[in-house]
Amino acid sequence: MTAPNTQANSRLHSMTYSTRGADPATAPAFLAPLDEMGAGLPGSGLSWLTELRAAGRERFAAVGLPTIKNESWRYTNLRDLAKVSFQPAAPAAATIDLLPTVRAEGQDGPRLVFVDGRFRADLSSVEGLPPGVELLSLAAALSTHGELLADHIGRLAAADDRPLVALNSAYLADGPVLHVPAGVQVERPIELVFVSVGTEAQATSCHPRSLLIAKAGSKAVVVEHHVGRGDGTTLSNHVTEVFVGEGATLHHYKSQREGGGAIHLSHIAATVATGGCYDNFILTTGAKLSRNEVVSRLDGTEARTHVSGGYLVRGTQHADTTTVIVHAKPNGTSREVYKGVIDDTARAVFQGKITVCPDAQKTDGYQLNRALLLSDGAEIDSKPELEIHADDVKCSHGCTAGELDDDALFYLRARGIDRDTAQGLLIGAFLSESLEEIAEESIRDAFQGIIAGWLEEQK
Amino acid sequence: MIEIKNLHATVDGKEILKGVDLTIRPGEVHAIMGPNGAGKSTMSYVLAGRDGYEVTEGSVTYYGKDLLAMEPEERAAEGVFLAFQYPVEIPGVGNTTFLKTAINAIRKHRGEKELDAMQFLKLIRAKTKALGMSDEMLKRAVNVGFSGGEKKRNETLQMAVLEPKFAILDETDSGLDIDALKIVAEGVNALRSPERSMLVITHYQRLLDYIVPDYVHVLAAGRIVKSGGKELALELEKNGYRDFGASEAA
Repeated sequence: MTAPNTQANSRLHSMTYSTRGADPATAPAFLAPLDEMGAGLPGSGLSWLTELRAAGRERFAAVGLPTIKNESWRYTNLRDLAKVSFQPAAPAAATIDLLPTVRAEGQDGPRLVFVDGRFRADLSSVEGLPPGVELLSLAAALSTHGELLADHIGRLAAADDRPLVALNSAYLADGPVLHVPAGVQVERPIELVFVSVGTEAQATSCHPRSLLIAKAGSKAVVVEHHVGRGDGTTLSNHVTEVFVGEGATLHHYKSQREGGGAIHLSHIAATVATGGCYDNFILTTGAKLSRNEVVSRLDGTEARTHVSGGYLVRGTQHADTTTVIVHAKPNGTSREVYKGVIDDTARAVFQGKITVCPDAQKTDGYQLNRALLLSDGAEIDSKPELEIHADDVKCSHGCTAGELDDDALFYLRARGIDRDTAQGLLIGAFLSESLEEIAEESIRDAFQGIIAGWLEEQK
Repeated sequence: MIEIKNLHATVDGKEILKGVDLTIRPGEVHAIMGPNGAGKSTMSYVLAGRDGYEVTEGSVTYYGKDLLAMEPEERAAEGVFLAFQYPVEIPGVGNTTFLKTAINAIRKHRGEKELDAMQFLKLIRAKTKALGMSDEMLKRAVNVGFSGGEKKRNETLQMAVLEPKFAILDETDSGLDIDALKIVAEGVNALRSPERSMLVITHYQRLLDYIVPDYVHVLAAGRIVKSGGKELALELEKNGYRDFGASEAA
């Protein structure tokens, strides 16, 4: 396989997050099931992997879950997780009859399905991929693509300062692997489906690891669906490492609509080489507790990243969006547009940090987070943060929180449109600004459909 | 028939309407004139059902039904239409989507079949043409970037499409130059019919040259203090509202 990304090798990705504000006492319960699994994990003969798992385990044992004393976790409290005894999910026997898709009915395409973190070949298909493109499960790739994995896994997502990444590494076993060779354009969206089955009787956990590599001049579109079945308590602790090569473009879209008992924790770490573009959009509607961390590093000149999303929460849901954009090289562009809708006593968190390194002159950074509060009990905590070490840059950010426009609502109702429909129109209009960030029309439509479904549930 | 009896209404605890009586029969066009602060706009909002306008006394009977007990959308579905003095801009909601949602909501309420995209377009094209509106205005977001005249034309278009039984025109002439006023008035006049009543609220007589009313009422300090035929408007134009205890300069 090709040589690893040298920029990624520098392991510059240790952010300044302190591990002060973690609780080691919570660690044993999360690590105990590992003893039983032991050598049962795939790829146990690979020394790099054994080391990575051991390091993750050691790290997590030392720190445990992050607490709200950790600056990055100030608004999201994982305390309740420690009260639950999670067991690794047993292989689910049930067939998954309703797989989500952005494809039109009857249209097939490349898709990998993971049930409780385990690859399901019977539900997956790699049909329609251009020659040379690799799309397979990590468990399988360990025996066939060991070198590729060794060169990339753990390069971006540093376990040192992120306890949950450490925990993910300790359990590292499966997840999707995509490798798009240089110059190859993958036209059809590649779907990655993650199903949390969950049972009433036992809280279950899984720790999928994804690896997405788009080599120089290539292009691909990846759509993730995270769905749940039932109300059982499930924990997905997902880590994704993304390598975008020179002049390559990776569109990475994700819809998280897990069940009401789900805890969804995700860390996406991306590096973008010269002239490359990493495009990320996350639509959050599910899970009782979710955190989406996106760290996108522009490690080459003239690189671009768009990190946007929408979060729609109600009831007692909690949705945390934490982004870090690092401009390491000159002439980079970053753009973030987030829109959130918060109802009942739900709470959303937006933390957006833009770091411009001394070398990154002519950086153009833009960040926007707008929240719409639909009830008095709804809450948004917004924390934008600019850290600029270069003098010739353009960086702006804006955060707003507001309510539905009463004048507009009355205007619509005065034309015969009932309150729910009128609210839906206004919420849809509010969200459209972020949805426009989605370059792929089919996916924009699909996500609009998810939003329409969410609004429908409101009634 | 619309019967307003002894209507009292408060806004933020302040009484604005202090006992309005008015009966409007099908096909009639009534004008309400009055100085600023007389309660003209309050009256239109109370009739349309806006939050924050509390009726403390009196009743409004609308074709035998208690209008004040209805939600704004029910009133609209029952045929009440308020042409806004300041039509609201709604970024992100397309004018076409808005109109289609509105007409189908009302059709549904009336037990009529909802219009599909083709039927709707056919209807809307005919109406926009009559009002001298461009297709482009339909593609834009509701009232966003519209000139004053375009906004009022858009109101008239909605009225033409929704075919109300009782239309309230709140200061329709405000912000219009004479050409725009003529177009809007023509649109309104085209909608006059024996089944449709109108309440034209205006400060100036000018509008009534184009939308000629059957009756004119003077609203001052929350009450109708004088009623008459269309000639009353001309009298007001000449003498102002001084006779009714309000300063013209307000």
